[in-house]
Amino acid sequence: MSEATTTAAAPDAASVSAAFGWALARDLRIALRSKAELGVQLMFYVIVVSLFPLATSPSREVLATLGPGVLWTAALLASLLSLPRLFSADFSDGTLEQIALSPRPLPALVSGKMAAHWLTTGLPVAVLAPVLGGQYAMDGTELGILAAALLLGTPILSLLGAIGAALTLGARGGGSLLALLVLPLYAPVLIFGAGAVDALRAGMSAGPQLSLLAAGLLLALVAAPFAVATAVRIALD
Amino acid sequence: MIVNWFRYSSPVSFYPLAGRLSRAFGVLAAGFTIAGLYIGLVVAPTDATQGDAYRIIFLHVPTAWMAMLIYLAMAFWSALALGFNTRLSAMMAQALAPTGALMAALALWSGAFWGRPTWGTYWAWDARMTSTLILLFLYLGVIALRSAIDDPRRADRACALLSLVGAVNVPIIYFSVQWWNTLHQGSSISFTSAPKMAMTMVEGLLVMTAGVWSYCIAVTLARVRSIIVERERGSGWVASLIARQGAR
Repeated sequence: MSEATTTAAAPDAASVSAAFGWALARDLRIALRSKAELGVQLMFYVIVVSLFPLATSPSREVLATLGPGVLWTAALLASLLSLPRLFSADFSDGTLEQIALSPRPLPALVSGKMAAHWLTTGLPVAVLAPVLGGQYAMDGTELGILAAALLLGTPILSLLGAIGAALTLGARGGGSLLALLVLPLYAPVLIFGAGAVDALRAGMSAGPQLSLLAAGLLLALVAAPFAVATAVRIALD
Repeated sequence: MIVNWFRYSSPVSFYPLAGRLSRAFGVLAAGFTIAGLYIGLVVAPTDATQGDAYRIIFLHVPTAWMAMLIYLAMAFWSALALGFNTRLSAMMAQALAPTGALMAALALWSGAFWGRPTWGTYWAWDARMTSTLILLFLYLGVIALRSAIDDPRRADRACALLSLVGAVNVPIIYFSVQWWNTLHQGSSISFTSAPKMAMTMVEGLLVMTAGVWSYCIAVTLARVRSIIVERERGSGWVASLIARQGAR
C-alpha cells in the first residue's frame, strides 16, 4: 500500500487504472495461490450439472429441454457460492479498511476485485459449460451461443453479486442471506441467458437475448462499482 | 399558509403528526373498505364468463398495485436516507417494507384463489405472478438484511442501498419475465382480451383501492411511530412521553 499512500487524491485516469490494476493483480495472485480452492469450485459446477440427469431422465429429449436452464442455474449457484471470497477475508483481517482508506478511488479498487472474481469463477464456468453441454444433447451452434451468453452474463453475476457480498459483510446469516439478496436480482440474467439457446432452437435469432445481456453488462459495469464502493463504506462504518 | 415541511423531518415533531394522520387514514380505510366491499359483493353484477369468482379482484388488484407502489415509496425514502443521511427517511423505508411484503403476499394469495376456479390451477407461471413473486423476494431480502445487522444506523444505509439496487432492477425483472413468458407459454391466458368491465365493477375497484391505500398509510405510520419510540428510547422526549402516557 506504500505507493498508494503517496499518490495524489484526485481520481484522474492514471490513478483509476493504477488502482484497478493493483487490485486485480493482488486478488488474482491470492486466488491463484490456492488453486485447489478454484478447482473445487469448478467441481461444484460439474457435479451440480451432472446431478440433473440422475434426478430426471437420461432421455435425450428431456435433457435437451433442460440443458440451457441447468447449465445457467448451476452457473448462478457457482457464482453465489464464490461471492463471500470477494470481501470477507479482507474484511476480517482489516485489509478492506486499509483499501478504503487509500487515496486511490474506491470504485476502481473494488472493480479490480470484481474483475479478478470473474476471471477466477465466471470465465472458467463459461469455458467449461460448452464441454458439459455435450452431456445435454446440445449441438455445436447451440454450445457456441451458450458460451457467448455465459461470457456476457457471468460478469453481470459478479458485479451484482459483489453488491450483495459487500452489504452482508459483518451481518448475521452469511450465505443464505446472501442468496436471498442476490438470487432475485439474478433472475433477468438467467432468463436472457437461458433464453438465448431456446430462441435458437425455436428457429429465431439469439441476437436479441445476447444484445440485452450486453446492455445489462454495460449498465452493471457503469453502476455496480459505485454501489459496491458505497456498500463497502457502509460495512466499514 | 406556508408549511415548513422540514419541521417534520425530525422524529420529535413527526411523531404526533404521524399519530393524527394514522388515525385519520385508519378511519378512511375502514369507510372505503366497507363501501368498496358493499359495491363489490352486493351491487356489482355477476360476471357473464367468470361467475362470482371474479369478485376477488376487488382485493386482488388493489393489493397488487400497492405492492408495486410501496416498493417505489420505499426506494424514494431510501434515496433520501442515503443522500441526506436523514434518520426519519430510513425509518419510513423500514416501516414500509413489511406492509409491502404483505401486499405482495396478499396479491399472490388472492390471485391463486382466483386462478383456481377460472384457470383451473392455483399457480401458473404467468408473467405478472412471477414478477410479483420476485418482488416479494426483494421485500423479504430487505427485511432479512435489516434483521441481520445489529447497528440500526448501518442497517438503515445498507437497506437503503439494497432498495435502490432493487428499484433499478424491478423494471428489468418485470420486462424480462414478461418476455420469458411470451416466449414459453404462448397465449394461454390474457387479461387484455377480457370483455370490458361493468361500470359498478370499476367503481368498486377504485373505492377498494382507496381503502387499501389508506390502510397501508395508516399501518405504515403506526409502525413508524413504534420505530421512532424504539430507536429514540434513550432520548428525553421519549422518556417524558412514556411518563405522560404510561408505558403502554
